[in-house]
Amino acid sequence: MPKDHDGIGASTKRREDVRFLSGAGRYTDDINLRGQAYAYFLRSSVAHGNLTSIDTAEAEAMPGVVRIFTAKDFEGVGGLPCGWQVTDRFGQPMKEPGHPVLATGKVRHVGDPIAVVVAESLAEAKDAAEAIMVDIDELPAVIDMKAAVAGGAPLVHDDVENNLCYDWGFVEENREAVDAAIRGAHHVTTLELVNNRLVANPMEPRVAVGDYDRTTGEHTLYTTSQNPHVIRLLMGAFVLGIPEHKLRVVAPDVGGGFGTKIFHYAEEAFCTFAAKAVNRPVKWTCDRSEAFITDCHGRDHVTKIELALDAEGKFLALRTDTLANMGAYLSTFAPSVPTWLHGTLMAGNYTTPLVYVNVKAVFTNTVPVDAYRGAGRPEATFQLERVIDKAARELGIDPIELRRRNFIKPEQFPYQTPVAVVYDTGNYHATMDKLVEIADVAGFPARRAASEAKGKLRGLGIAHYIEACGIAPSQLVGQLGARAGLYESATVRVNATGSISVYTGSHSHGQGHETTFPQVVAEMLGIDATQVDIVHGDTSKIPMGMGTYGSRSIAVGGTAMVKATEKIIAKAKKIAAHLMEAAETDVELAGGQFSVKGTDKSIAWGDVCLAAYVPHNYPLESIEPGLEETAFYDPSNFTYPSGGYACEVEVDPDTGKVEILAFSAADDFGNVINPMIVSGQVHGGIAQGIGQALLEQAVYDENGQLLTGSYMDYAMPRADDVPMYAVDHSCVTPCTHNPLGVKGCGEAGAIGSPPAVVNAVVDALAARGVTHIDMPLTPARVWAAMNAAG
Amino acid sequence: MTSVTMTVNGKKMSGEVEGRTLLVQFLREAQGLTGTHVGCDTSQCGACVVHVDGVAVKSCTMLAQEAAGAEVTTIEGMANPDGSLGVIQQAFQDHHGLQCGFCTPGMVMSAADLLKTNADPSETEIREYLEGNICRCTGYHNIVKSIQAAAATLRG
Amino acid sequence: MYDFEFVKPASVADALAALSDEDAKPLSGGQTLLPTMKQRLAMPTKLVSLAGMAELIGVSAEGGVLTVKGATPHAKVAAEATAYPALAALASHIGDPAVRNRGTIGGSLANNDPSACYPAAALASGATIVTTAREIPADEYFQGMFTTALEEHEIITAVKFPIPEAANYQKFVQPASRFALVGVFVAKFATGVRVAVTGASEEGVFRWTEAEEALSSSFTPDAVASLKAPAEGMIGDIHGTPEYRAHLIGVMTKRAVAAAA
Repeated sequence: MPKDHDGIGASTKRREDVRFLSGAGRYTDDINLRGQAYAYFLRSSVAHGNLTSIDTAEAEAMPGVVRIFTAKDFEGVGGLPCGWQVTDRFGQPMKEPGHPVLATGKVRHVGDPIAVVVAESLAEAKDAAEAIMVDIDELPAVIDMKAAVAGGAPLVHDDVENNLCYDWGFVEENREAVDAAIRGAHHVTTLELVNNRLVANPMEPRVAVGDYDRTTGEHTLYTTSQNPHVIRLLMGAFVLGIPEHKLRVVAPDVGGGFGTKIFHYAEEAFCTFAAKAVNRPVKWTCDRSEAFITDCHGRDHVTKIELALDAEGKFLALRTDTLANMGAYLSTFAPSVPTWLHGTLMAGNYTTPLVYVNVKAVFTNTVPVDAYRGAGRPEATFQLERVIDKAARELGIDPIELRRRNFIKPEQFPYQTPVAVVYDTGNYHATMDKLVEIADVAGFPARRAASEAKGKLRGLGIAHYIEACGIAPSQLVGQLGARAGLYESATVRVNATGSISVYTGSHSHGQGHETTFPQVVAEMLGIDATQVDIVHGDTSKIPMGMGTYGSRSIAVGGTAMVKATEKIIAKAKKIAAHLMEAAETDVELAGGQFSVKGTDKSIAWGDVCLAAYVPHNYPLESIEPGLEETAFYDPSNFTYPSGGYACEVEVDPDTGKVEILAFSAADDFGNVINPMIVSGQVHGGIAQGIGQALLEQAVYDENGQLLTGSYMDYAMPRADDVPMYAVDHSCVTPCTHNPLGVKGCGEAGAIGSPPAVVNAVVDALAARGVTHIDMPLTPARVWAAMNAAG
Repeated sequence: MTSVTMTVNGKKMSGEVEGRTLLVQFLREAQGLTGTHVGCDTSQCGACVVHVDGVAVKSCTMLAQEAAGAEVTTIEGMANPDGSLGVIQQAFQDHHGLQCGFCTPGMVMSAADLLKTNADPSETEIREYLEGNICRCTGYHNIVKSIQAAAATLRG
Repeated sequence: MYDFEFVKPASVADALAALSDEDAKPLSGGQTLLPTMKQRLAMPTKLVSLAGMAELIGVSAEGGVLTVKGATPHAKVAAEATAYPALAALASHIGDPAVRNRGTIGGSLANNDPSACYPAAALASGATIVTTAREIPADEYFQGMFTTALEEHEIITAVKFPIPEAANYQKFVQPASRFALVGVFVAKFATGVRVAVTGASEEGVFRWTEAEEALSSSFTPDAVASLKAPAEGMIGDIHGTPEYRAHLIGVMTKRAVAAAA
């Protein structure tokens, strides 16, 4: 039967690949509308200053110029909204300064847009932009977070004292108990560390094309987004005041997102607005250099973490103090990242009874910072897995053993952590055992000796992560400050001949939904997956959608699709029962056939579908014709993937260069729909984690100039920077609260790998007295650390 | 504006270009061959790799007029005559060598260039050869496997 | 990019004529010039294309000298400079394969990027830069980062490399650009050893004379083991301090000698 071949659990080849491999993908920059004009943004070249005048007169007379826009044109237009309000530890709302579409009065980071030229060609728009006269009274910039909150620093927003967005404590009631436990502990391990600022760098730069139909009043925005409905909601309701039925947002093929394409950006609002203003389509295509100073960055935390242990190595309490960079403005989900997506994971896989997390979110004259693959959870895992490794070394306990001693045991699930969340299921001993096996931990001493014999320092690093995925229960996130629901929708439309179109609010930008989602529906119906197609990424086609991020697509979007398919099956059984003159309760569906229990009566899936649309012999008195169902699914909990990661490195003591020799991952993702695709997600996540650990960092100088503004200085992982990866997802504890038992796999690789890499390098250098090196572990830094310690 | 003519995927193509028109702009904008992508502006990401007179070049770092009279092959010219995926393309699908697909055309073109001169590249040779092609999705593991598989198929 | 007129002359003579216009610039492989122009950091009114000009392409060896014509792409040098393996190896690691198919030796030397590879080879080999006007010894040619002895509109037509008895180039790459963070080219001739360093100095490529003296006495890694290049004058940036670069000069020199000896 086909379902054995391409249903749940099959490594079905991706159908979308055919168009991508043929050069027939349809990315936003491939869209060119008749009569379109081109937008070019004139951006601030200074990090901080008062905008004293903008003179566009000369530029307006330049060839090809259609119109030049400045902040004046956006009076009466809303600013870019923030989608999450954090309440500080004193019960006050966070400071939420405005974020205008175009800089108004002040520029606050290099790249802040000042004016936009719309012209017949991009080259003409750029030429004209050079003729715009802008006077900026430059102000001192504030870049360093510690300096920003220390008092007396320049203010990014005049009404935000000490540049402090919020001072958040979690769990505030635990504060004193944690302090006391740390004071009285047998041993306290302390670590100060940096979670380096990253640029997401999906290979497709952002693009927006706005269009306006005067005859219908309908706006259309084509955009490189992970969640077109969210953009429609934010831009329509908060920025431009366009009702949903007059605003269509399309995110066609999108070339990677990694979080940075979740957010609503000024360029989207601009192109939508300008298309009406100039009465023709307006297109903006981002350069990579422009992306570096406009795409939201990720991470950028500075943390002090303290772990208290007893004499046996049991974790007693954990306390962290973090400064989290917000950049110059609050991006869409920025406030949630260092708080609810971070603090709630600080228990890790462990039974630590007392946890207190303090986070101060800070404004600086830098590009806004928001979610990047993992968003908050990599920061939590990194701190935890680094401090545990350091504690193991200080106490002389094997780092794997120390983790095992503190793991939540399989029989303890569901497990209520001291940081609010309840883990439904997991088996951390199993993933650690699997990791020890696939990484051949037992053979490491011999491999280390071989490396030493050729003058290299070898290290093995272990990390074990947990993350909260499947974001998430709307009521819970609402209580935590989210201004959006986090359900997902799906419509399953069965056509008259039995073929199916599934309309999902999830969005695929590399994850392979066009292949995996049909696998699920095909499995449920017992039909061939090729009979099922997925439609996504267009608000005019899909009822509502919250999009793809937080490893939520299969757990939330997939479940919505399952729920809709269950409704289809229920109705189809009614039709089949009527056609076979049997009781509905006796009808079974298997292998694409409806049959009557205990008889040889059966009818094919396609015949039932046809009957629904040609209802000649049909129970019209009890059910309507047609076969189409919609479901909205709002989960009751997050999902909690977990896993063990191992990295083995060699360090060249002469140069400090780190080479990754082996990387292993043993993940528990719950049930897996398409193992090939899941492995691919892990591979990609690991490479990004290795990138963070060894290569990548966005660096500003003290004046707020981005020193790593292109691939000449921002080191992207390349093929020869990474090894083949050994990945395993055979440890399965199915999620208990969704019907597929799935947990999500998109971010795991990026969460588990940075601490594994750093632990490995520190292991290699421990004999030379190195206890910590901040990421990225560039050759220069490793060499400096070796010399400082030695 | 100057008229420029070249042979792209076996077909003569002409267009009016400026001095500054890049080969990739000529392909994407004038000829509608949007399979070739632009992922950076410093000649590093390799999403724009095409073949000019039989060798791989970055079409974002070559002027359209420099390709006048040349034979150009893009990703759109890599399929079999019947439109089915060519050997390298098929290997990428078989081994999940792509995710978002944006870097993929450049990867395929670079792989084809490598396999022309090295029929049996080692893993290290493949990784080194891909120095000028950045992928953010796959972690390269399955790209390496795809190219190894394509090489094996082409060797027969 | 600002617009410009593109001309493709048939000969070097025609190219020189075309370059006589004010603000005309020669375009060789364009792998540096075009990205620079995209950022609007250069605005020539005319680009005179040298790429593919037959009289400017070729690699040949005769009488202990390897001659590479000015517009020869790196890939061709990598494949054909068999008489000077260290140079072929260097060429095979410049940029990436697609860049090597376009970028040329003349373009690289004319630009004299402080972290480019070819300047180290030319200087360590004691090469002669042959132009449309004259022949310039490498020791006089390199005059600081992005600065050379070339006059306006003088075109490099060839580079003559005396072939050493032994040579090697060691490049430690800057992790992002993959240019040389420090690159050391060591060339041993009957008359002595020359050591040229790229990537490290604020003055561009330079000769490390202390190492040359030590290696001329004894061409062994040990001869340079105790030498320390001074950190003063070295580049300090996010990829490495002056001290780190100075340290790498020692390490790379030692490795180059070990590989060459």
